[in-house]
Amino acid sequence: MRRRVVITGIGVVSPNGTGIPAFLNAIQNGISGIKFIERYRELNFSCQVAGMPDFEWESLKNYISEVTFHGLRGTNIGYGLVAALDAWKDSGMPYDTEEPRWETGCVFGNSIADTEAMKNVIAKVDNKEARKLGSRVVEQAMNSGVTSYISGRLGFGNKIITNSAACATGSQAILMGYECIKDGYARRMLVGSAEHVDTYVYGAFDSMRVLSRKFNDQPEKASRPMSATAGGFVPGSGAGALVLEDLEFALQRNAPIYAELLGGSTNSGGQRMGGTMTAPNSTGVIRCIRDAVEQSGIKGKTIDLISGHLTATIADKTEIQNWSTALGLSKPNFPMVNSLKSMVGHSLSAAGSIETVAAVLQVANDFVHPNINIEDPNPEILNLVSLENVPAKMIKKEVNIVAKANFGFGDVNSCLIISKYKQ
Amino acid sequence: MTRQEILDELKKVISPYTTNKELLASIDDQTDLLKDLKINSANLVDIIIDAEAKYDIEIDYDSADKMVNVGTCIDVISEKLNQKA
Repeated sequence: MRRRVVITGIGVVSPNGTGIPAFLNAIQNGISGIKFIERYRELNFSCQVAGMPDFEWESLKNYISEVTFHGLRGTNIGYGLVAALDAWKDSGMPYDTEEPRWETGCVFGNSIADTEAMKNVIAKVDNKEARKLGSRVVEQAMNSGVTSYISGRLGFGNKIITNSAACATGSQAILMGYECIKDGYARRMLVGSAEHVDTYVYGAFDSMRVLSRKFNDQPEKASRPMSATAGGFVPGSGAGALVLEDLEFALQRNAPIYAELLGGSTNSGGQRMGGTMTAPNSTGVIRCIRDAVEQSGIKGKTIDLISGHLTATIADKTEIQNWSTALGLSKPNFPMVNSLKSMVGHSLSAAGSIETVAAVLQVANDFVHPNINIEDPNPEILNLVSLENVPAKMIKKEVNIVAKANFGFGDVNSCLIISKYKQ
Repeated sequence: MTRQEILDELKKVISPYTTNKELLASIDDQTDLLKDLKINSANLVDIIIDAEAKYDIEIDYDSADKMVNVGTCIDVISEKLNQKA
């Protein structure tokens, strides 16, 4: 039997706000989290701006024991813990438990361990001091580090999965958690993803010449999805997390319900037909969106808002074309579309989960967040979407259904359909 | 260093690895690191590494295996300090 799945808690560490109240305020008011980073100038990077959360490392002591805190170095783990534990608390449940929570599992994604933290490890080993590394390195170097810290803190006893699919990681994690509940394997899943773009990963992206490099002196203008002057993305860091629950299970405990996750899809374009390691095969993207719509039992024309991947590269117009083809909608029927990346940059693995938290907030609070920096919309996009449907300011309106998609290196796609919860 | 001096310093070394600060203040030779102070067994390695740095000594694997309670910790540290002297 197919179980209905609702979202009962959300948490976020975003470049423009840590915690839901700050984040909601930021996305309603178009507040940018992009800053100039002096260190990137010193390192001769072409792009010298990034979305870095204001994150008080010491605040982790409010979430984990001081023993766990001592020796914790992985920035991505810190972000993931705060987003996940905030989502859990938001859902109305205590952190502590004696018994494992057998009914609850976790799917949390990330890319790689914090390379800056690992630099110290490399130096010690090369200096023949491996015996001084201690017990805390492996658990933070392993890809399942974030998931393990979260699951251990909350005592989860169901499926514990770490996923990784580059920029599709976050929405894929959410979908995998959804499927565990829908198919009856778990009653509750904590899902999300975390990313810390450390200097080395940032440098590697910089070398690919895919980053925004013409707005170093105007950081807040640097991330320009769907704009004619979009010249590359701005790397960002953070984490997003959601508590997904079997509807019946949530109702039994009178949990707050933000929205319903109707379904979704994840697939690949096979790195064929124009798809490569770094570019999506449009046919794969279209199939993914159509499959998500079909799985969710909705019609494309009922979508109120598309929360795009839309990173601010030349791929933006192709993405809009793909949405148009997949949904069979074009001007004037193409729905409203926005990209959170205009405010926070592209948080890679974390993008899907932070953007899904934003989508849930828009459904729950009936608004469409602005696309900042879209004073010069790309004319090819305006061939398909009406100007008023690419809002530069927040629009207050009823938002019943949001389609949220992300596309990642490796030609991996994922798409979620989020709806207002209705009995 | 007297045993009391080593004990006082050892408390500081152990402190980050136990949440039971009350018990830590009153530890004696018989206090077991794992059972009484509830230290995660994986963290014993970290305590040994921190102790090595603190006292500028080297604690070999066989000596480290003996460090299960406060008394044996002091024995080993004291022995290594004497070897150095």
